[in-house]
Amino acid sequence: MTYSRRRTLALGLGGLFVTVVPMRVSADAQGLIAAFTGGAEIVEGALHITAPEIAENGNAVPVTVACPDAVSIRILAPANPNPEVCTVHFGPLAGSHSATTRIRMAETMDVIALAEMPDGTFVQAAANVRVTIGGCGG
Amino acid sequence: MSGFDVRPRVRVPRTASVDEVVLVRTLINHPMENGHRVDTDGNIVPRHIINRFTCTFNGETVIEMDIEPSLSANPFIEFEARVPQSGEFAFTWLDDDGSIYEDSASITVA
Repeated sequence: MTYSRRRTLALGLGGLFVTVVPMRVSADAQGLIAAFTGGAEIVEGALHITAPEIAENGNAVPVTVACPDAVSIRILAPANPNPEVCTVHFGPLAGSHSATTRIRMAETMDVIALAEMPDGTFVQAAANVRVTIGGCGG
Repeated sequence: MSGFDVRPRVRVPRTASVDEVVLVRTLINHPMENGHRVDTDGNIVPRHIINRFTCTFNGETVIEMDIEPSLSANPFIEFEARVPQSGEFAFTWLDDDGSIYEDSASITVA
């Protein structure tokens, strides 16, 4: 089998796409996580993120985050044009350190939750959501 | 105001026992323009969102939330609050255009 110039180029570009795209997304996520934690250590903890496995409409995906004792919890949707979704700060009268909201998701991705603990450490959790119709316009 | 009627809605139980943890649900109608959408003429619709939400009970903070454009239109926020005595929840939503939307709900603790 001979490889034409066109075929070789196509193979090369395809290979590049496969290797570069996932790395780019995860590098972005790492950067966003570091921006919130300030480089602090991420430890194991009781942070729970609840989201549907499949979201038919990316315009409003219900997400619940819960982490006992957390000072604040940030939600990130790394593949969105604006990856930051929201940051919840819990006050003295918070009944439980949990919150539910609806978020936009441009495509299938891991939604990431980051909780800041009172001792300055951070806990991370993620939930994969398959999105059928993206919800970021454009 | 910006051409649409913003109406906050909150749901809180009317009564509770001392230090009970109650469910608070809030909804506000707002387009939450994320600054990426293109209108029919091909122009980008400028960002216009609610960027902050706060809830206090008798002046003490329950939760505060910093909001970015990735939150859905008509933001829905649900959380739990501990009520030590009778009083009033105060809710505020801050708009990018400087508007402040407010609502309140009272609860009787017996």
